[in-house]
Amino acid sequence: MNITTQTINGTEVPVFYVVDEHDHPAGSSTMLGFWLYLMSDCLIFAMLFATFGVLGGSYAAGPGPKDLFDLKLVALNTAMLLFSSITYGFAMLEMMKGRVKSTQMWLGITGLFGLAFLCIELYEFHHMIHEGAGPWRSAFLSSFFTLVGTHGLHVTFGIIWLVTLMVQVARFGLIEANQRRLMCLSMFWHFLDVVWIGVFTFVYLLGVLR
Amino acid sequence: MSDTAALANTGLAKFIFGRLTLESLPLHEPILVATFAMVALGGIVLLGALTYFKLWGYLWKEWFTSVDHKKIGIMYMVLGIVMLLRGFADAIMMRAQQAMAFNGSDGFLPAHHYDQVFTAHGVIMIFFVAMPLVTGLMNYIVPLQIGARDVSFPFLNNFSFWMTTGGAILVMMSLFVGEFAKTGWLAYPPLSNIGYSPDVGVDYYIWALQVAGVGTTLSGINLIATIVKMRAPGMTMMKMPIFTWTSLCTNVLIVASFPILTAVLALLSLDRYVGTNFFTNDLGGNPMMYVNLIWIWGHPEVYILILPLFGVFSEVTSTFSGKKLFGYTSMVYATLVITILSYLVWLHHFFTMGSGASVNSFFGITTMIISIPTGAKIFNWLFTMYRGRIRFELPMMWTIAFMLTFVIGGMTGVLLAVPPADFVLHNSLFLIAHFHNVIIGGVVFGIFAAINFWFPKAFGFRLDPFWGKVSFWGWVVGFYFAFMPLYVLGLMGVTRRLRTFDDPSLQIWFIIAAFGAVLIAIGIGAFLVQIAVSIWNREKLRDTTGDPWNARTLEWATSSPPPDYNFAFTPVIHDNDSWWDMKRRGYVRPLEGFKPIHMPKNTGTGVILSVLATAMGFALIWYMWWLAALSFVALVAVAIFHTFNYNRDFHIPVEDVIRTEGDRTKLLAAQAAS
Amino acid sequence: MGNTLSRLRILLLLPLVALLGGCNFVVMNPAGDIAVQQRDLVVISTVLMLLIIVPVMALIVFFAWKYRQSNAAAKYEPDWDHSTHLELVIWSMPLLIIICLGAVTWSSTHLLDPYRRLDRIAPGNAASLNEPLQVEVVALDWKWLFFYPEYGIATVNELAAPVDRPVRFKITASSVMNSFYIPALAGQIYAMPGMETKLHGVINKAGIYDGFSANYSGAGFSGMRFKFHGVDQAGFDAWIAKAKASSETLSREAYLELEKPSENVPVRLYKEVAPDLYKAILNMCAQPGKMCMSEMMAIDAKGGLGLASARNILPLKYNISMLDGSSSTKNYVASVCTLAEAAREASDRLSTTPLDPTPVTGAGLSRPGTAPAPFNFTPAPSLAERRASNT
Repeated sequence: MNITTQTINGTEVPVFYVVDEHDHPAGSSTMLGFWLYLMSDCLIFAMLFATFGVLGGSYAAGPGPKDLFDLKLVALNTAMLLFSSITYGFAMLEMMKGRVKSTQMWLGITGLFGLAFLCIELYEFHHMIHEGAGPWRSAFLSSFFTLVGTHGLHVTFGIIWLVTLMVQVARFGLIEANQRRLMCLSMFWHFLDVVWIGVFTFVYLLGVLR
Repeated sequence: MSDTAALANTGLAKFIFGRLTLESLPLHEPILVATFAMVALGGIVLLGALTYFKLWGYLWKEWFTSVDHKKIGIMYMVLGIVMLLRGFADAIMMRAQQAMAFNGSDGFLPAHHYDQVFTAHGVIMIFFVAMPLVTGLMNYIVPLQIGARDVSFPFLNNFSFWMTTGGAILVMMSLFVGEFAKTGWLAYPPLSNIGYSPDVGVDYYIWALQVAGVGTTLSGINLIATIVKMRAPGMTMMKMPIFTWTSLCTNVLIVASFPILTAVLALLSLDRYVGTNFFTNDLGGNPMMYVNLIWIWGHPEVYILILPLFGVFSEVTSTFSGKKLFGYTSMVYATLVITILSYLVWLHHFFTMGSGASVNSFFGITTMIISIPTGAKIFNWLFTMYRGRIRFELPMMWTIAFMLTFVIGGMTGVLLAVPPADFVLHNSLFLIAHFHNVIIGGVVFGIFAAINFWFPKAFGFRLDPFWGKVSFWGWVVGFYFAFMPLYVLGLMGVTRRLRTFDDPSLQIWFIIAAFGAVLIAIGIGAFLVQIAVSIWNREKLRDTTGDPWNARTLEWATSSPPPDYNFAFTPVIHDNDSWWDMKRRGYVRPLEGFKPIHMPKNTGTGVILSVLATAMGFALIWYMWWLAALSFVALVAVAIFHTFNYNRDFHIPVEDVIRTEGDRTKLLAAQAAS
Repeated sequence: MGNTLSRLRILLLLPLVALLGGCNFVVMNPAGDIAVQQRDLVVISTVLMLLIIVPVMALIVFFAWKYRQSNAAAKYEPDWDHSTHLELVIWSMPLLIIICLGAVTWSSTHLLDPYRRLDRIAPGNAASLNEPLQVEVVALDWKWLFFYPEYGIATVNELAAPVDRPVRFKITASSVMNSFYIPALAGQIYAMPGMETKLHGVINKAGIYDGFSANYSGAGFSGMRFKFHGVDQAGFDAWIAKAKASSETLSREAYLELEKPSENVPVRLYKEVAPDLYKAILNMCAQPGKMCMSEMMAIDAKGGLGLASARNILPLKYNISMLDGSSSTKNYVASVCTLAEAAREASDRLSTTPLDPTPVTGAGLSRPGTAPAPFNFTPAPSLAERRASNT
């Protein structure tokens, strides 16, 4: 049936209101809203990348990327985050099938990979600061620590969120609201992965090549 | 007492209060003490009255925790108007200082006070007057115009409002606890770096804007999702009311620019707190990067403020000319072009940085190109009036004043976009006159047009026209007296933010400008009187029809004020002037077949989160690290706790709907009979 | 309503009335060729825009009056909302104006680029192009320091230049951003720490003009004013002689003392200046033992100094904090006595191109052989020079 007109006695009469209305499905805008949020977050990262682009060569007669970056460690770190994205994908597949237990297991593994990523990053930071190359040493280091650290903060929040969701799934099961939340976190997690690929390429690889 | 005990004591005090000591309170400044006494007295009277009339419960239940977009919209407007009084107090102090400080006189404001006053004036007027007023307007009108019952994320809406309020509270606190920034409203480093601004002023600036900025970004996301997802059936993009279109573009601008402000302020705070070197002079930092980054946010911000008002003027012109808007399609495309171009012009704020001729001309010419769609808009309003039947009610008067004033501001703006001309006029009072010309002539006049236009919708009675006219003439004449002299002074080579002057021949112009500020004060006062008188005479000014202006868009289809659920039945749209179309084609208001209506529940979480965020900001400003950590942990905990509440909506029972609609039917019948 | 609108228009004429009043409209009535051309540009642009603004304002008032509700005689077409012809006109009218203005903008921005050496000192007078007078400008908290490298003198808050001789300013700042502006001479340009901007101008009429900072820079900003003396050659020589007769010299120590924040500073003349002081200020290394930015940048271009250099920083007290007694410290990089080749490499970047008097013709392209670098860092003094100046 055409909702904008109806036919009475053979003439088209406009309809001015919805007669048989249904509730707006809850969370119908959530995906769009979360996308918009991710794009705004993306802009923050874009700005931090730009800042690194401008200041990345200002070592202030201090150490440069070649002196500081350990590519093997960073490669390990990258692997952790990439694996965590894959395992999150598995969790989502299990969620689609409605299996609570295996969803929880894959979420747990994702969290552990995320945690490993954070630990390696913190070790790297600690090592650099210990060498005297903290964020205050040069503009290069300021922008490096801020860009990588902001990503790390996002991962931290992702893990807190993940744990919260695991508790919620455990308590309330894979209800529609929880599925929606897992979808949002999934987008967030993959988004962080994409950002990290940018960090790995532009900061670490190009830094060492510089 | 032994010395070690005293030392331990100060150590403890330092741990608890950070930098905050008794000396941080400006007890030695009579102006501030008097102001504080007045504010405190007013506050006590207000709080006492609220308690005496037992209004706390009502306010908390019906307003503070409300997720109704209409109530949140009204609260935004109230916040904007309250902050307007503060921002204007700063303005009049500057005018007085500059009118006095001649012939060796130092005026009445010492440098450290005057520098705070002009910084606070800019920050408050942009972030805590113009932004809340514009956001409030969009919040109130947009869902009604698209036939929705609320925004996409009602809780987020409440949270956004309280974050904006939290920012405003931080700015107000800086008046009496510590001090505000002395850097100018954009806090350029190196001046705003810890070395040159070691006090709490810049920290107040940073955290006030960060707290408020979270709210602004989230409300932008919310309104985009609302406009994209919640339009009534039949309302295609090109059938959206023009105000909704400009709101959509504004919110796209918000979401695509406020994160940059957040990030750049975060970098500045890292410089100040952690000792990084983004914008420092030493160790490889680059202060000019801040200037670039903040204007990449700052220029879109200008259009964030003006675009919704362009929408208001379109609605008002069309309604009061009794005509369809001329060139709807070109109006929409003009808005889109402005939205995109506003990202390509930021460098015109600092041609004098020495970027080279080609870069400067590029940005100069992109700036001029913006005037083409803007000019097209002016023409569209002009031809909407053409062959119309213009009713000079208050909203239309404001619109005419806007059109005449804004073209002057636009002209001086294009003039400043010519780089060599900017070299002689940059940072001068000519520039000040220019942007007040577009912001007062555009944003403020637009806000008043909007308030006078939509007030009857929001409250069910019109605003008193006599006091409205007093306010109108106060503002309009006051504007010309206050800012035309500044154009003149700019051409005499007088620069901005000066506290004292040598050349006595300038004084007359500053006195004229101060006189203009007094006229504007009358305009503001008359506006407040207008509201009071209207409330007093509300029965006489009552609007029972829901459509007092014979208007065109959907918000006028429902009652004034609209019921909580806005529309008992979701409207179906056929034309972009949908209500006009309904009236013309014999729409009959449905009287039966009502159903329960699904609505979101109120929640106090937004208030709690905002209180915690404000506390964290305050703690960070004063280096009270324990409080900062505590409030941050609490913030995360409350947010997580909130997500455990899955039960966020309810149904308005059908009896309530039938009763509400029945009341309206009786009112309309009584109206028709009389 | 029509009545009130015309009242509005009378208000718009206010600036015009004032123009007739004979105030000192220095921007509209400047004394230097560059500022005159900038003034002309202001006028031309305004006139171009008035071509469209005036008819629009007139139409607003006319339509508002003609189609008022009480005028039943006027036509009323409530559904008329589109006209392709009219749309074309309303988009193309502003477009045409902007095309004209854009062309004016492009050419004038290049011709009046403050970095560009003057090719005339007055309309039609390109003949007597002497080598420009060099002035090095430093914005301090809150006063102006001027170096005259050709004469070896320096002044505080007083500037002089001979009439009809081009002046080439190199501008920097010691701490925060300022803007160097003499309205009678030429437009302004920012003075930024660690960076150098340039400004070219010429004064055509003798007189005493105002100069000041046009960018807010802190508490003493209002008093950051100086007099610019446009004098004939004899007067200029006398002025130089006066400075030479001063008893003060601007050594590094004296400069570091001068650099401290002070307000409303009276004129001071220095007969002699420590060698390369301006370069040291520009490179943020006037303090002894601090690494110069040019040196730092040369090192950075080679990839930094390795891990060991991470700790090569020393605390630096900010000048401004000394004012209020509080002490906030900030680190800086200590000077290193290696990498002489780095410094030399930097000095190779100095390009001294001879003046080319042919006018600019290309669309914003620089002449072959010139390198218009917006932020042109002057090279560091050689190590030997630095040692000499430090001792």
